[in-house]
Amino acid sequence: MPAIELVANVVISGLLTGLVYGLMALGLSVIFGVVRVVNFAHGEMMTIAMYAAVMLYAAFGLDPFIAVVPVAAAFFAFGYLLQTGLINPFITRPEHSQFILLVAVAIVLVNGLLLAFGPDARNVQVDYQLESYAIGPILFDKARVFAAGMAVTASAALFAFFRFTRTGKAIRACADNYLGAKVVGLNVKRYYALTFGLGSACLAVAGCMMILLVDVTPSLGPAYTLLAFVIVIVGGLGSMPGALLGGVLIGVSEALAGLFIAPSAKSMFSFGLLILVLLFRPQGLLGRKS
Amino acid sequence: MNRRQFNKTVAAAGVATALAPFGIVRAQGAKLKVGVLLPRSGFQGFIGQSCQKGADLAPGVIKEMLGVDIELMNADTETNVDTARTRAERLIQEGAHVLVGPFDSGAAAAIAQVAEQRGVPFVINIAAAPQITEQGYKFVFRNFQTAPDIVRNGLALIGDLFRATSTVARTAVFMHVNDTFGQAMAKGIGAFMGRLTELPFKIVDTISYDPAAKDLTVEVSKAKASNPDFLLLVCRLNDAIILRREMVKQRWQPMGIVSPGSPGMYEEQYFKALGKLSEYSISNVPWYNPRAELTKVVEKAFLKQNPKDKLVYHGLNAGFTFESILIAADAFKRAKSTDPKALADAIRQTNITSKMMLGAPIKFNAKGQVEGIGSACLQNLNLVPTVVLPASAATAKPVFPMPGYKKA
Repeated sequence: MPAIELVANVVISGLLTGLVYGLMALGLSVIFGVVRVVNFAHGEMMTIAMYAAVMLYAAFGLDPFIAVVPVAAAFFAFGYLLQTGLINPFITRPEHSQFILLVAVAIVLVNGLLLAFGPDARNVQVDYQLESYAIGPILFDKARVFAAGMAVTASAALFAFFRFTRTGKAIRACADNYLGAKVVGLNVKRYYALTFGLGSACLAVAGCMMILLVDVTPSLGPAYTLLAFVIVIVGGLGSMPGALLGGVLIGVSEALAGLFIAPSAKSMFSFGLLILVLLFRPQGLLGRKS
Repeated sequence: MNRRQFNKTVAAAGVATALAPFGIVRAQGAKLKVGVLLPRSGFQGFIGQSCQKGADLAPGVIKEMLGVDIELMNADTETNVDTARTRAERLIQEGAHVLVGPFDSGAAAAIAQVAEQRGVPFVINIAAAPQITEQGYKFVFRNFQTAPDIVRNGLALIGDLFRATSTVARTAVFMHVNDTFGQAMAKGIGAFMGRLTELPFKIVDTISYDPAAKDLTVEVSKAKASNPDFLLLVCRLNDAIILRREMVKQRWQPMGIVSPGSPGMYEEQYFKALGKLSEYSISNVPWYNPRAELTKVVEKAFLKQNPKDKLVYHGLNAGFTFESILIAADAFKRAKSTDPKALADAIRQTNITSKMMLGAPIKFNAKGQVEGIGSACLQNLNLVPTVVLPASAATAKPVFPMPGYKKA
């Protein structure tokens, strides 16, 4: 039986990483919850955000916490344009058309990154990256603590936006009743684009934080797309709190599986959790029954 | 076909048959097409590119040495076994006379099947899983130590290290990548630890991890919790970097990090990514002989092709890749033919005494395996992988236990 300090260290690490995972999945969940399109290029888009943070660090020495602002703004614009220019025409088309479209976008993005940056792993080396806080025998990785803090802040801001702003309420109206929203005069497609932009900005924040935790390569995208799907399905597709909860659950359960079973079985455990959720609560832990 | 066309065809066939014995002369005038399969992208991309440097300088050096023209046909296995198999198929279809590569046991096993089915010689540069040369293949050759050899030599060098530094480490945690190579090495260590009674330490925990892992927090936490004297590590490159950083984050400072024979910690990227944190890591690996004549020639060619780089950062990768092409070229020269069977027969008769890598001359046994390849104990000192053992080849003294990273 592992010592309690070891379990605590592993759980804390899983929890902090899970919050960043949650923010990443939140973008996917928001987009699906409103636009009803599943973004199969989600991980690939986050990889671009990670590269953007690396470039800003290399060119201007910008800490990823500062780089969040320009990268999120650029991603908002990118998401908005992607929705208006490419995805809106597919809104009323069959789901397999949307699927193929976004898989094609994902492939283009991965290969574009390969052409631009090559296959090499890249990262940022900020001062605090190798430091940790110690409370007795429990260690808190500084970069992970900061990244998790940013994930919680960004998630709270997004929740507040949807709950308290007029635009947020209008977006929720579009999500709840497409026809009703159109009848009362809302420009639904514009709100869809805004939502895609917000989801992308959310993803950009997650990418800037993730670069503090892992090195980026072009091939990282598909793995994160898959991870985001696992998280939102566990938490409930379309549910914002569900995405965060799913992220934390996956982060902690992977860490515990690594500790108690075998480190190389971590992914197997999260997929096992996914199967259980699909069997016993197909709508996800916080999802609504359709 | 009319009568005249038929007669022409028969005449042409007759001429071709008559000239067949001289085919070897024509072939000798031709180039040897060498299909080079390496993981130039994916998580082994850095190592694949490092191997590629050895391949790129081979045609020039070998032309000078043997007067043989070589055309390289490069293919990226993308660190993927299935891709390695399909790329090997394609290279053969495109006319490769011999295959070389692929720096990975899983990929090597897949390519070996293709080479054997298609009857094209395959010279493995780097791949250690012993089963590859235990299949009775006729076209597969390996100029690299098998995992048991690497482990035996690597563990013996750990004993030498303790003696040279008058240090006794009693416990170790063994961490290894969970791939074909890592598992073969783990089996080897399991088998040899009991037999090598002069080793004073025991393994208190064994932790395997995904070679494509992006985060090794749990693994390092587990290893640290065992409180071992040192870390025995079988790694690749990216995971070695992640692991070293995680050790610092978790404030774990064992006596040392010692690889009994794996890539990663002597690679250029390890130094670039980690800077001073790369210091004092130890790798007991097959390495080149810095005093060999051929090494000097290769080093010169390497510098010419890579003015901002040094051979020492690519010693194992570039050295064995170069030697594998040298083996093919030497066989081609003796066979005087690109016929695959003749080439395979000639490779079987190889006896290269003027070589670059440490150890006995390059000679293949009945299984297609070179025996007697030597290992060196490399320690990262002043950001350079430096031979510290055996004493006969050493250029510096080993430092063990390693100073804490803050003092490094």
